[in-house]
Amino acid sequence: MSAMLEVRDLVVSYGKIKAVKGISFSVDQGEVVSLIGTNGAGKTTTLRTISGLMRPTSGSIRFMGKRIDDVAAHDIVTLGIAHSPEGRRIFPRLSVEQNLRLGAFARRDNEVGKDLKAVYELFPILEERSQQPAGTFSGGEQQMLAMGRAMMSRPKLLMLDEPSMGLSPIMMKRIMSTVTTLQQQGTTILLVEQNAQAALQRANHGYVLEVGKIVLKGSGKELLTSDEVRKAYLGED
Amino acid sequence: MTDLLQQLVNGLTLGSLYALIAVGYTVVYGIVQLINFAHGEVFMIGAFGALATWTLLFQGTTALWVLPIMILGAVVASVTVAVVMERIAYRPLRGAPRLAPLITAIGISVALQEAVRLFYPGAKSKIPFPQIDVVTGPALSFAGVTVQRAAVFTVGALLMSAALLWWFVNHTRTGHGMQAVSEDKDTARLMGVNVDRIIVIAFALGAFLAAIAGVAQGLLNANVDFRMGFLAGLKAFTAAVLGGIGNIQGAVVGGLVLGVAEALAVGFIPGQFGGSAWKDVWAFALLIIVLVFRPQGILGARVVDRA
Repeated sequence: MSAMLEVRDLVVSYGKIKAVKGISFSVDQGEVVSLIGTNGAGKTTTLRTISGLMRPTSGSIRFMGKRIDDVAAHDIVTLGIAHSPEGRRIFPRLSVEQNLRLGAFARRDNEVGKDLKAVYELFPILEERSQQPAGTFSGGEQQMLAMGRAMMSRPKLLMLDEPSMGLSPIMMKRIMSTVTTLQQQGTTILLVEQNAQAALQRANHGYVLEVGKIVLKGSGKELLTSDEVRKAYLGED
Repeated sequence: MTDLLQQLVNGLTLGSLYALIAVGYTVVYGIVQLINFAHGEVFMIGAFGALATWTLLFQGTTALWVLPIMILGAVVASVTVAVVMERIAYRPLRGAPRLAPLITAIGISVALQEAVRLFYPGAKSKIPFPQIDVVTGPALSFAGVTVQRAAVFTVGALLMSAALLWWFVNHTRTGHGMQAVSEDKDTARLMGVNVDRIIVIAFALGAFLAAIAGVAQGLLNANVDFRMGFLAGLKAFTAAVLGGIGNIQGAVVGGLVLGVAEALAVGFIPGQFGGSAWKDVWAFALLIIVLVFRPQGILGARVVDRA
């Protein structure tokens, strides 16, 4: 069986500068796959290219066997890829519920209300504050909203860009355990993180990116225990 | 007292006209952060569209039933021009430095005025606008206050258009997409919103209201002129900034405030600085005062950094 997401020899540039220099990786159905690496490694650029916000210079991206690297961003979500972007990017002046309903913008079925309930069950605080402007939320609450909004499109593949960024340890645990919950409910997840420990603990597979290249890959456990990762990302000698 | 009421009526009429045009500036700005300085010409084209419809189909008729068809003709003309303008002049410049679309807008504005002047029969001078039963004719009078019939049409058109627009933005799928795009384009695309389509719709909505304003202006003044879009556009832009650019309610409030302020200045400032000769000075003075003390406009939100 072929992978759900297959990225091959992907090169992405900003003008003359290559941010991603020929990476290949894949995500299988039902997996959590983590891309870890420091700032500027090309993680966010990779996700933005998969979701169609950027175009690759060369290489290919396949989703469920179909090439998507020339599909418009607004059509990619319809194919079943949701992207919770770096910095959350919730719509600050719109209410929580409006934000969540926009997550379902691409859908034409009538089960949006049902999914709204499911998101509220996952994050009860969102229901309590459903009519408040999302811009008044704390970082952790905005992260829940961003994840809930991405789930509203009923994605097959959920891409999370640095969900733990700027969160308290308690909130981070909460967010990371939600990742596991979503996986158990059948969502495939591509997780981008600087926090290697948190990301690899939950990953079936992981890839380490450094300045636009994949330097290491393996199962989550292998990477967690590998010397390179321990030294470079977990601050151990 | 009667004088005051009379000037308020005059001001609300003028203000409704400004507001109808101002909405177009603000809707487009809210979506693409572009000041479409050719929007005054979209209004002018609307007036000529209505006139052409009447001349071609109903020459000599003054019956009320031709009015909706004239409005339709105005809307078709304005929306077509606005959509084509977006497609061929603004879209290729998306992502270019801001000065480029601004200069383009001025170019389009001149080109449209000249096109009408040269190619619309008789447009080198003012052309009489058809007078329609019920909405034009002898003015109405309430307790000594004179109200032109076309003024009632203008204010009514603003109320209906504003209500319709409010409903569209808040209660349709496309309206929700517009809200998302105005907050954050890239993230809106991630939600599945086709941003190009939303931008075209923003131009079309603005043109729709400007077309109605064009008809209203024709009925009020009983003539149209290829230059009519210039000052009206400038005033409406002022109204949009006054109310808070990007905010639809702001455009309506800004238009009405500007219209009333102008009328009051004409009626009540004594001596050489009063009267209609100075009304534009007072209108722009009001803009400057508001910008000094409340740069975001009357209803504009202060721009807050995203958390």
